[in-house]
Amino acid sequence: MSADATSPSAPIRAQVLADVPPVPGAPKPDPILVADNVTRRFGGLTAVDVEHVEVQRGVITALIGPNGAGKTTFFNVLTGFDQADTGSWTFEGASVAGKPSYKVAQAGMVRTFQLTKALSRLRVLENMRLGATGQRGESVWRALLPFLWRDQEESITERAEQLLSRFKLDHMRDEFAGALSGGQRKLLEMARALMSEPTMVMLDEPMAGVNPALTQSLLGHVKDLRAEGMTVLFVEHDMDMVHDISDWVIVMAQGKIVAEGPPEAVMANPDVIDAYLGAHHDAPVTEAEEQQQLAEIESDIEAELSAPDESPATEPSTGGSS
Amino acid sequence: MDWNLLVANAFHAALGLNAIAYAIAAIGLNVHFGYTGLLNFGQAGFLAVGAYGTAISIVHFNVPYLVGALIGVAVAVLLALLLGIPTLRLRADYLAVATIAAAEIVRLVIGSTVYARWTGGSSGFSGAFARTFYNWNPLPAGTYSLGPVRLTADRAWFMLIGWSLVIIIALLVWLLVRSPWGRVLKGIREDEDAVRSLGKNVFARKMQALIIGGVIGAVAGIALVTGEQSVNPQTFNTQLTFFFWTLLLLGGVARVIGPVLGAVLLWLVFSVTETVLRSGASAGWVPDTLVSESQIGLVRVALVGLGLMLLMIFRPQGILGDRRELAFNVR
Ligand SMILES: Nc1ncnc2c1ncn2[C@@H]1O[C@H](COP(=O)(O)OP(=O)(O)O)[C@@H](O)[C@H]1O
Ligand SMILES: [Mg+2]
Repeated sequence: MSADATSPSAPIRAQVLADVPPVPGAPKPDPILVADNVTRRFGGLTAVDVEHVEVQRGVITALIGPNGAGKTTFFNVLTGFDQADTGSWTFEGASVAGKPSYKVAQAGMVRTFQLTKALSRLRVLENMRLGATGQRGESVWRALLPFLWRDQEESITERAEQLLSRFKLDHMRDEFAGALSGGQRKLLEMARALMSEPTMVMLDEPMAGVNPALTQSLLGHVKDLRAEGMTVLFVEHDMDMVHDISDWVIVMAQGKIVAEGPPEAVMANPDVIDAYLGAHHDAPVTEAEEQQQLAEIESDIEAELSAPDESPATEPSTGGSS
Repeated sequence: MDWNLLVANAFHAALGLNAIAYAIAAIGLNVHFGYTGLLNFGQAGFLAVGAYGTAISIVHFNVPYLVGALIGVAVAVLLALLLGIPTLRLRADYLAVATIAAAEIVRLVIGSTVYARWTGGSSGFSGAFARTFYNWNPLPAGTYSLGPVRLTADRAWFMLIGWSLVIIIALLVWLLVRSPWGRVLKGIREDEDAVRSLGKNVFARKMQALIIGGVIGAVAGIALVTGEQSVNPQTFNTQLTFFFWTLLLLGGVARVIGPVLGAVLLWLVFSVTETVLRSGASAGWVPDTLVSESQIGLVRVALVGLGLMLLMIFRPQGILGDRRELAFNVR
C-alpha cells in the first residue's frame, strides 16, 4: 500500500524508548500492559515463567523466541484464553488477570490467533460486522425490532467496507470466509479485530503462512496501526520483518524473558542467538546464521544418508508451526 | 389402488398434528444446531416437559389452558438452564451427552410409578384438558371436505392454529437469525474463541439459544397434547429426537424453512409408502412373504432411512442447503 511498506529498512524509531535500558523487565515510560510473576505450567513443563514485563503504549513491540518458548501461551494467559497458575497483570492501569476473555477484549486488548480463526460459513462482510462492539441488535429482544439497530448496522457496514478495501479484501466482500486463501484469512482476522476499535492489538504470528507478496502489505498495515496511535504486540519468526517494523523487541526462551531492547541490539545479543540455536534449527537470526544452518542441515542429511538404518532424529519444520 | 385414500392419508400426514409438532420441534433444534452449533440430542425432553407441564397443571391444578401452556414453557426454560449452566462452558460434546441423558431422565421420571398420581405412570393419561382450545373454535361444527379429504371442525381448527403457529415461530426465528444477535450465534457455531476474542459474551448467547430452541420444543409438546388430548411417556423416546434430526438434515440445516419442509416431506413419505404397501398387500401384488401386514410400519421407516442415505450421498446439504457451505466444514 503506502510507500513505506515497501521500503526495505530504516523504521521510524519511537524516541520514547531511547532511554530505556535493554535489559529483561525494563521499565517503560508509559506502559499500557504490565505483567508480574506470570507462570503457566502444563504438568511438569513450565510453559510461561515471566517475572516482569512492560509493554510501551503506542509503539510496535515484537515478541520473539524459538518454537515452544511460550509466546502463544503467554498471549493466551494475558487475554483470558488460558488460566495462569500465578501472576498479576494490568492493562491501562486496571487489573485484567483472571477476567474472562471477552471482558479483556472489551477492555480494548484484542488478539488474533496463530491458527487463523476465520468464521468459514459466514460471508467476509459478516465476519467484519461481527467485530464491531456495542451493537444494539446483539440483544435478543432488540434483535426482533430491526428499526432499533438498522442505522447502527449501516454505519458498521460502512466502516467494514472501508477496512476491507484498506486490506484489499473488498472484492471478496460477499464470499464465504472459508473460500479465502490462508493469507487472506490472516488479513481478514486482523481487519475483523480492528472493527472492535482496540487500544492494543496482539497478533500471534500474523505473517506465518502468508504469501510473500502479501507480507509487505501486512507490514504496512501494522505500521499504519501505530500511526493511528494503537499499541501493537506481535509474535514473529522472521527476523528481517521484526527488524523492519518493530520499535522494541522482547525475547522469550523456555518461558522466560531472556532479553529486551531495540531490534539491532537484541539481534546482536549472544543470549538471543543461543536461545535460538540452542532450541531449534528452524528460526534463523541473520542471513549469515541462515547459511550456517543450511550447511548444518546438509551435513546432517549427508550423515543420515551414509547411515541409512538410523532413523532421522529431527525433521526440518517450517517457521509457522508450533 | 385407491387414489382417494392415498391423497386423504397424505393430506392428514403431511399437514396434520404430527407434521406440525415435528416442524416446530425441529425449528427449535435448528436454533440449537443449525445456527449455534449446539449438539442437542434431547429435544424430546423439551417436548416432554412442555407436554406434561401443560397437561398436569390443567388437570391437577385446574389452571386455564393458556396458563397451563405458559407453565409448560416455564418448565422448558428451567430445563434449559439446568442443562446449560454446567455444560455450556465446556466443549460441545458435553452438552450432547447431557441432553441425551436429561431427556431419558425426564421420560423415565414421568413414566415411573413413584409419580403416577400426577403423571399416570407408564400409560400416561388422557382427558379433555384442551377443551378450552376447542371451545374457541369459531368454525361451525360438522365435517368439511376438500376433495377426498374429510376434516372435522376441531381438526380443521387445530390445523389452522397449528400452521399459524409454525409460520409465526419461523418468522420470529427468521427475524432473530438475520439480526446482529443471530450473527453472533453463527459466529459461535463457526468458532467460539474467535467470537470471544471480539468481546462477545459467548456463554450468555449460547444460553439464550438453548432456552429459545428448548421453548420452541416445548411449544411442539404443547401442540401434541392439544391435538391428542392425552400424554404418554413413550411418545418422548430418543427415537423422536432422531426423527427431528432426520427431517432437519432432510430439509436443510440453518435454513429457516428447512425443518418445516423436512417435516412435511417426512410425513408425506411415511404416509405414501404405508398406503401403497398396504393397498399392495391387500390387492396381492406385494407378496406376504416379502412384507407382511405387521412389517409395513417398519418397512416405511427403512425406506425413509434409505432415502436419507441417498440424500446424504447426492445432496448432503439437504434440500434447501448450500453445498458450498459444506466444503468449509473442516476445522
Ligand atoms: N495445552 C497444552 N498442553 C500441554 N502443553 C502445552 C499446551 N500448550 C502449549 N504447551 C507447551 O507449552 C510450550 C509453549 O508452547 P507455545 O506457547 O505454543 O510456544 P510458542 O508459541 O512460543 O511456539 C510448548 O512446549 C508446548 O508444547
Ligand atoms: Mg506460538
